[in-house]
Parts: sequence; structure tokens; C-alpha cells
Amino acid sequence: MASAAQAPDAPAIELRGISKSFGPVKANEDIDLRVEPGTIHGIVGENGAGKSTLMSILYGFYQADAGEILIGGKLTPIPDSDAAIRAGIGMVHQHFMLVENFTVLENVVLGAEDGALLRPSLAKARAELTRLARDYELQVDADAVVGDLSVGFQQRVEILKALYRHADILILDEPTGVLTPAEADHLFRILRFLRDQGKTIILITHKLREIMAITDRVSVMRRGRMVATLDTARTSPPELAELMVGRRVLLRVDKGPAKPGDVLMQVRDLKVNDWQGVERLRGVSFDLRGGEILGIAGVAGNGQSELLEVLAGIRPASGGSVRFRGEALALDSVANAEARRALGIAHVPEDRHRRGLVMPFSEWENSCLGYHGEPRYAGPAWTMDRRAIRELAQAGIEKFDIRPPSVDLTTSNFSGGNQQKIVLAREIERDPDVLLVGQPTRGVDIGAIEFIHREIVALRDRGKAILLVSVELDEIQALADRIVVMFDGRISGARAAGETDERELGLLMAGIDPAERAA
Amino acid sequence: MSPALPRWADLALIPALNLALAFLAAGLVVVFIGEDPVQAVSVLIRGSLGSSYAIGFTLFYATTFVFTGLAVAIAFHAGLFNIGGEGQAILGGIGVALAALWLDTTHWLVVLPAAIVAAALFGAAWAAIPGILAATRGSHVVITTIMFNFIASALLVYLLVNVLRVPGAMSPETRRFAEGAHLPFMHTMLGHLGIGMARTPMNIASLLALLAALGTWVLIWRTRLGYEIRAFGHSEPAAVYAGISPVRIIVVVMLISGAMAACMALNVVLGYQQRLVLEFTAGAGFVGIAVALMGRSHPFGVVLAAILFGMLYQGGAELAFEMPAISRDMIVVIQALVILFTGALERMVRGPVERLFARRPARAAT
Repeated sequence: MASAAQAPDAPAIELRGISKSFGPVKANEDIDLRVEPGTIHGIVGENGAGKSTLMSILYGFYQADAGEILIGGKLTPIPDSDAAIRAGIGMVHQHFMLVENFTVLENVVLGAEDGALLRPSLAKARAELTRLARDYELQVDADAVVGDLSVGFQQRVEILKALYRHADILILDEPTGVLTPAEADHLFRILRFLRDQGKTIILITHKLREIMAITDRVSVMRRGRMVATLDTARTSPPELAELMVGRRVLLRVDKGPAKPGDVLMQVRDLKVNDWQGVERLRGVSFDLRGGEILGIAGVAGNGQSELLEVLAGIRPASGGSVRFRGEALALDSVANAEARRALGIAHVPEDRHRRGLVMPFSEWENSCLGYHGEPRYAGPAWTMDRRAIRELAQAGIEKFDIRPPSVDLTTSNFSGGNQQKIVLAREIERDPDVLLVGQPTRGVDIGAIEFIHREIVALRDRGKAILLVSVELDEIQALADRIVVMFDGRISGARAAGETDERELGLLMAGIDPAERAA
Repeated sequence: MSPALPRWADLALIPALNLALAFLAAGLVVVFIGEDPVQAVSVLIRGSLGSSYAIGFTLFYATTFVFTGLAVAIAFHAGLFNIGGEGQAILGGIGVALAALWLDTTHWLVVLPAAIVAAALFGAAWAAIPGILAATRGSHVVITTIMFNFIASALLVYLLVNVLRVPGAMSPETRRFAEGAHLPFMHTMLGHLGIGMARTPMNIASLLALLAALGTWVLIWRTRLGYEIRAFGHSEPAAVYAGISPVRIIVVVMLISGAMAACMALNVVLGYQQRLVLEFTAGAGFVGIAVALMGRSHPFGVVLAAILFGMLYQGGAELAFEMPAISRDMIVVIQALVILFTGALERMVRGPVERLFARRPARAAT
């Protein structure tokens, strides 16, 4: 395989000038990377930094627009995943690629059968699995049905699949996202062992703790670029956090001091399990007051989305309570959104394409989404008053400077910034008491960002409460009066906006509380 | 949705192209069996539109397909694929027959509303079970509705053989409805207006079908429920965000869809056969899928597509009669080709046409 032709000091993988765009979005820009053989190499970065795209290029899912890939010092084009496997690359995906009702043995053989008949392949695979189990301490029952195995064992099957295909280089994409801490520890033991046996391992993660615990070298990506590659022993979580988040030009938002009023929303010990039963929120408590912007910071995937959805009434909670003006809110079903709106809790969702807007609708149809049952939109009988809706939509277009100013244009034909303004116009226009906002400026141009920030501050100055979830730390810093940082489903720290800095927030985002450590 | 295509091309040009291709392929088949395709087409058109007799039959068939086509179209708007129109129509027939047998000593003005209510209730109830299963248990309506077609068919056989059959009669059918349950035929109604028309099965249910199309249009594009149905059909996450309950939408849409499919029995059972017989649906539930696809799920498109399929049914029967080499099965082949090209292969022409339209402005810019 690839290792046979490898010069002794050539890097296992070398990427030169890799670039990849999706439409106008540059997912990877001129990336260089060297991974030494027999090491565990971490790649960190926030969600959307381009880690997964880069690995998908390496594994042949995507073709790079520019750049070249060298495996073991040899130029190796990788047009598809077959080529990647032939080059000795194996991938363990974040979401496993296993057939649940097949046995371990069948899954391992799948796609690597030797001929039309299964029996010889299975016999060979059984012998090979026994050898792999012996050599790498990867014991697993070859005849167990994969669906019956725990998540940790399923992951082990994925690793076995790669090794069975003679992988010398293993890529693991967020491997601990679905694991319990004990399972994660076990995985790390396996990875160390594999490294000691001469395998090269690339670990993609956004958890700095894992990087520090297991990698030999670490590369940091930020917004599609490779910003640094360091020896893990010579770096520290604060340095990595800073590299990940970046020294950004601070956005300036004109805003006076907050005048916090009464507590409008009281969140206590909120817990959420996702459909797989994994705990996404592990007991979150905070108060939200009128006249303040509470920013929720954190690397994406640490429970902020779930928090927002539970408060907005579109995801059930598994425990805890939320009180609005002293009244307990129903947290049991996905269908509480209408009741929330009636109370004056508006929601600008994180994903405007899937949630916030119905893309094939025209602008005016989206201008009342969620409020379409209000009496002012009702026509005779069960009809809707199209004229009233269009007039209010037109008013929203003028007030929020939505371009082009056409209520009849299909929503998908507006730019990202203008789509977001359609959502904001709809949610702010009702003058809600509480505004829940997720990623208000994701994929939005600079001009629209300023406008959106001004509107949010104006709402605050009218005495309303705003809960702002954003993975853009500079946005949180610019807008929030109080900052709560979430890590792994919990609040890892709360700070007044004026009394903290990026470094401290970066550490909190990595789950480390500097105040506690100092104490 | 493609932004590249103007609306008229989407609504008119593409269906026309598909239809032309279907007829081209059908023409080739006719050539293969040694007949003249031009003559076949002229017989088909004359047989379906050439006289008031032909038109009456064409529109009678079309009426049936409007109901079943609308049923499929409504479900499409919610992203549901109700292919149980056949079974829901069977239940509708049972409802219509029960209402007519009970009330046929009165007047058709009494029977018709009762039959409409009975058909709608029976059809809706039959669609409700797959609907509730889909909404609460996540079972797929394609699977459940098609299985319910078989159950409905078996139920009809049981009822006709064991319960509703005239005692002593040999054939599995109900007694003929009495005079009081006979709907006015179109030729009698037009006769009152002094317009001559040949005797055909076309009846007042055709007007109900037009009303149903209009009502569907109002429902989908003018009412709050229609807004919620469309929002849900385009994006379930957005619907949940808007406080629209997916369970409610799925169940309500299946109820409406089932009721609509069932109303075809007004035309066939009450309007024409005046008794309940086996196989009265004659596959109309499935033709409804093709009609909805070809009509692009728009009520007016459904009406046009239903008329086309009515022409194929009526013209095809004439064709089989006048050109014996073209057998009844050949007609089914021709109908199948139309369904294939307008439904399944719809995207085949769409791609090239879109590229054609995309290139035009680019050329204008240079």
C-alpha cells in the first residue's frame, strides 16, 4: 500500500494550496498542511471554519478547485473515496456509515467483497478481524448485529472497517460528539495504541480539551484558512482559543448603558435530550431582564441551539422550568410556538432557510408566517385578508429597507441579508416583550449587519428583553450587556460585557473557567 | 421551483411538449402494428370531441378524474402522496349507495346533498386511518394508502355479495335506485334550455366537479388552512416554527383528500350507473395521480388534465371500435405513455428547456 512506497521522512499527508468554494462561499482558501507519519494530528476550528470540507476533499467526497494532495510524498489525485481508500486513507464519520441490521462482520466486508459470493469474503474477514483485534486491542463480537451495539462499539466497527481496508491514515470527524466520557477515554486509548503501531491519525474536533489530551500536533482553522500548526506540547488552550476565534476587528455598535428592568424570563435547571437520547442541555439556569441584551456565547453545538428552540416552543424539554412574567411555560411539546407568540415572545431562528422562512413563498406570504392566525390578517370566513397582509408587508419593507422592495418576489430570490430583514421585520414589528435571536447576522453583508444590530439595540432601549445566541464572539461582545458562555450543555461562565475580554471568553468556550483556576 | 423558467413555460409549454412526445411514442407503436397513426389520431379526436355525444362521454369521464385528481393535488400541497384514491372512492361509492337506497323515494334534491355528505364522510374516514398513522406513528402514507385500496376492494365485494345484493339475484350489485334518486342528465338539463344534446351519462355532477375545483383553489390559495398546508408542504421545520401542528395538517389534509376522491362516486354511482356494482372505480383513483401530476397540482390544471384523460378514455374506446387492429390493450398502452411522459418523465424535457431559457438572457447581454 501507500506505506510501502513511502520515503522515510516524507509526511504522511501533504496538502498544498487547497481551495474550495461553494458558490460565493470560500469554504477552504489556499490551505497547506503537513501531517507527519505516526502522529496524532488535531485540526480545530469553530463550526463552519472549513475542517469538514477539507477532510471531505482528502477523502474524495469533494474535488478541490485548486491545489494538490501528496500521500507519502507522492502526488495522489483523489477523485473519489475509492481512490482515497486505495491511497490508504480511512474515515470515521461523525454520523456512522453502518448498516444497522447487518452484523459487524457484514458491515466490515460491505463494499470490500472479493467476488460475487459472500462466503469466502466473510471467512477471510473473520480471520482478519481476529488478527486486528489481537494487534490493536479492538475486540468486538463479529456476529453481533450492529444496531444492538452501543455507540462506542459502533465507532469501533467503523475503525475496524477502515483498518480492514488497510488504512494507514485514519481521519476521525468529531469522534467524541456522541460518546460518553468513559467511551471517549477508551477511544483515546485505542487511538494512542494505533499511533504506536505506526498509523497516522487526524482528529477533527472543536474541543480543545481533547486536542490537549491526545494530539502530538495541532492545526487551527479559521474561516476557511489554516492559521497555525503547532506542537501540542508547546501550546495552551488559551492560545488555541485565541487562534480559533481570532483577533477580530471589534464591531462598534452605538449603544448607551443598559437599564435592566424586571426579570421577564426565568430559566431554571433546563434539560433537553435529543432524539438519540443524548443530553444536549444539562441544567441551564439564568434570568433575562427587560432592557438588556443577554448574549449566549459558545462554540456551535454546545447546547445554544437547543436552548433557543426550547424557549421558542419548538422543541420539548426533558426537565426544568421556564417562567415568563412569573407564569410557567409549557415545555412538553414541539407545538408551543403559537402560544409563545401570543405571550409576546418572538423568535428569529438560527436557520432562516429551513425554519424562519418558507423559501418558495412570496415575500408577503412570509411576512405573516407564524402570525397568520391573527385577527388583523383574517378575511371573511376562513380566508386571509390578502390586502391587509400585503399592506403590512409593504410597510415592513419600507421600514427595514428590504431590497428589492417587492412583496411579490419569491423569498429565495432575496439576498441573505434581505431574507434576514424579512424575518426581523416580522418579529420586531409586533414589539415583542422578549426577542429570541439566533445568529442574526450569519451570511449577512456588512451593511445589513449594522442595520440589524441597530434594530436589536433599539428594541432593548424600549425596555424589551433580548436573548442573543451567536457563535460570532465579536457580535456578542458588541451587542450584549451580559454574556453567558455555554460549553457542553452547561453554562461555563457568566460575565458582564464590560468586565471580560476575548481571552477569558475563549477559555470559557473551551470549558475552562479562569476564575476558578486562579482560586 | 426553477427561477430560470417563466411561468407560462412552466404551466403550458412543458406539459405540451410532454404530451407531444407521448403522442409521438404512441404513434410509433401504432406504426409498429401496421396501422396509420394519422388516421388513429383523427379517430381519437373525432371520437372524443367530434359530436355532442362524444363530448358528453368525454366530459363524463373527465368529471370523475377531476375529483380523483383534486384529491391527489390537495395532498401534494402538503407534501403527502395519497395514492389511496381508489380505495377512498370505493368507500365513497358505498356511502353514496347507502344514502340513495335509503332516500330514493324522495327527490334528487334531497338525495344529492345526503349522498355528498355520505360520500365525503366515508371517503374521509377511510383516508383518516392512514393519515392518523402517518401523523402520530410516522408510517408512510404511500404504503398505507395503497394497502387500504385492497382492503376497500375486499370490503366492497363482501358488502355486495353478502349484504347489499338483491335477494335471489345472481350478480353482486345493489338494486337499481328508484326514480327519486336519479340525478338530472346534462342532455335533459340542456334540453330545458332548448339546446339539443345526444343522450350521454354526463350529469349534474360535472358542475359539482367544477365547484370542487374552484373550492380547492380557494382552499389552497385563499384560506388560512391552505396557507398552513402550503407552508407545511414546502418546509416542515418552518411550519413547526410558525406554530403549525404537523399532526393536525396531515390528518386534515388526508380527510379532505379522501372526501374529494370519494365524490367521484356521485358522478359514476349516483349519476350514471344508478346502482352500486363491483369495479365501478375502474382505476380512476390511479388516473387521478397522473391528472394531478400533469395539472401541476393546480385545480385548473387538474381540470384541463382531466379533460385530456377523458378524451383518451372516450376517444380510445372509439378507436378500438373503428380500428379493430388497435385493441383495447393498445389504448391502455397509449394512456400509459401519456402518464409516463407527463408524470414520470416530466423532468426529462424540463432540463433542456430550462437551459434554453437560461441561455437567452445571456445572449441578449452580449
